[in-house]
Amino acid sequence: MSLKEKLVSSFLAFENEVDVDSHIHNIRNEAIKTFEAKGFPSKKEEAWKYTSLNSVLKHDYSVFPKQENAIDYKDIKKYFIHDIDTYKIVFIDGKYSSHLSQVTHDGIDVCLMSAALNKPKYRLVIENYFNKIATKDSLSSLNTAFSNEGAYIHIPKNKLVEKPIQIIHFSTGNEAALLLQPRNLIVVDENSHVQIIERHQSLTDNPVLTNSVTEIFANKRAIVDYYKIQNDNKNASLIDSTFVNQKDQTNCFVHTFSFGGKLTRNNLNFYQNGERMDSTMKGITIIGDKQHVDHNTLVHHIEPNCESHQDYKGIFADSATGVFNGKVVVEKEAQKTNAFQSNNNILLSDKASINTKPQLEIFADDVKCSHGCTIGQLDESALFYMKQRGIPEKEARALLMFAFSNNVLSSVKIPELKQRITKIIANKLGVNIGFDL
Amino acid sequence: MLQINDLHASVDDKSILRGINLEVKAGEVHAIMGPNGSGKSTLASVIAGKEEYEVEKGQIVLNGEDLEDLAAEERAHKGIFLSFQYPVEIPGVSVTNFIKTAINETRKAKGLEDMPAKDMLKLIREKSELLEIDRKFLSRSLNEGFSGGEKKRNEIFQMAMLEPKLAILDETDSGLDIDALRIVANGVNKLKSKDNAVVVITHYQRLLDYIVPDFVHVLLDGRIVKSGGKELAHELEEKGYDWIKEEVNA
Repeated sequence: MSLKEKLVSSFLAFENEVDVDSHIHNIRNEAIKTFEAKGFPSKKEEAWKYTSLNSVLKHDYSVFPKQENAIDYKDIKKYFIHDIDTYKIVFIDGKYSSHLSQVTHDGIDVCLMSAALNKPKYRLVIENYFNKIATKDSLSSLNTAFSNEGAYIHIPKNKLVEKPIQIIHFSTGNEAALLLQPRNLIVVDENSHVQIIERHQSLTDNPVLTNSVTEIFANKRAIVDYYKIQNDNKNASLIDSTFVNQKDQTNCFVHTFSFGGKLTRNNLNFYQNGERMDSTMKGITIIGDKQHVDHNTLVHHIEPNCESHQDYKGIFADSATGVFNGKVVVEKEAQKTNAFQSNNNILLSDKASINTKPQLEIFADDVKCSHGCTIGQLDESALFYMKQRGIPEKEARALLMFAFSNNVLSSVKIPELKQRITKIIANKLGVNIGFDL
Repeated sequence: MLQINDLHASVDDKSILRGINLEVKAGEVHAIMGPNGSGKSTLASVIAGKEEYEVEKGQIVLNGEDLEDLAAEERAHKGIFLSFQYPVEIPGVSVTNFIKTAINETRKAKGLEDMPAKDMLKLIREKSELLEIDRKFLSRSLNEGFSGGEKKRNEIFQMAMLEPKLAILDETDSGLDIDALRIVANGVNKLKSKDNAVVVITHYQRLLDYIVPDFVHVLLDGRIVKSGGKELAHELEEKGYDWIKEEVNA
């Protein structure tokens, strides 16, 4: 039985298990039909031309594990930002782990999607926001069909959430192969501000595939600062689809740090439903071996006087492959739009490759749009300069890579997170950088 | 200190140095002059260990040690410093962080601990005053958006921090106005001692008014064709290089 058949035939059992009478039953039911009709994307589709899912779909995944697993905090502490106080929503093999989490209902809701879907008091928010901006593509539909667990975050108006929220998914290897489909909903009301860090971490060499969907709603003047850390092990793959809906005068930032995993696909979509707002998406990708990272971005400028900024840096070693596909749509009404996109890449080996493709569709006539992409090698003259000052080859190369990534790293607003990412990069490059960048 | 014997070097199969002989002793200042394309910058790069250059024949010996098998950073650890004609911009790495890394990597190579932060700060303060460098300048990204003069001053600042045995100044005077030239030359002169040596590569006599050489060598077509005292520099300034070419051809 193919994975698709297995998923479709598991759907009834899944709904029976969670709640067949749920008010989102119709949404799930429609979604499984969409997935059944479309199937998994193939390389024949333009959006998947450079990313093949074949190697990750061949495993016999458990599609909704029931068993709960415990892990000791000390064994996984390193995956948390633990030097500052944070809210934590932690899942182990797709199940909520209450002993690792720190949730709250005190003025804000930082809790679970399963609770939000089941409890009447969340019903209005779910009806207003759930599955309203996720697209009807096959993978998002598959996630919607099986949506049950994930993070539910609702920040009412005029709240500055001082503690960042960490959403972490662990997989333990209890299943021979595991498919996870977390579903997150984040609603930030007027004038509120929230910082969120998301991480997927496999603790096993068993194959893990995560098909994650996150919907983020930023209402008027809200600020949402979202960080994705993707530093998973070699048999873990991630398909992340994140949808951001922005209203007037909002500021939304998504930083994606892709340092590991077998295959990583980021579908990041911004919809600007309002005026005078700013959307920022930045990323650093540093991969090697046969790893693959694909950034597929969309900014939809719908109304006037808005900005978008995209800055993605990629460093590819060994036989690693990368894709950047950045689409910017500026509607006819979206005059005075400023849209900037840049994608810079360094290839460290002859076998590494990157496919980068900007797509600009501009229907307005009074806009500033720019895009630029570069592909190059490390600057040999800069390397010689550094070596001449006594800095060994490996450290010199690392320093140049840090310098190359610096524009993105420097815009991380949580200092402890910035330090952590710097450390992950230094580890990856096998150096000990004696200062903070 | 430095001994170069019959050095031949090429890049992309194009032969550039064709038999250089040079001896520099501790405490000496040597100037290497010559027209464009004579091989001056190549000589500096080859001594510093730039990999693009193929040493086909001959030896470079520093304090009795043949440098042939040493990488650029190992030569730096042995005390060779090259002030670049065109210092490279490294955005995202501040002047301070760069020099700290350079010093501590050099110490590491010698089996020493990192320099304590306090000592490092003191050293930075001392040497930046010597070169009249503003503190704000030190937190800027290395060479990024620096004026020609700032780049060269930063090179000599790094030299002051690293205290090399052999400093090679490659066209350090190019792009400098007279004030910057004076500051840079003053810095070099203060760092001079009986234990180190300086090789100044230049087109013009101008810098040599400030950094006075003990010996002047003329490089032509990859060979040192004439050597003399500081008066040779004046003669070259006055008469150009044609008379030397004629002398060589005759």
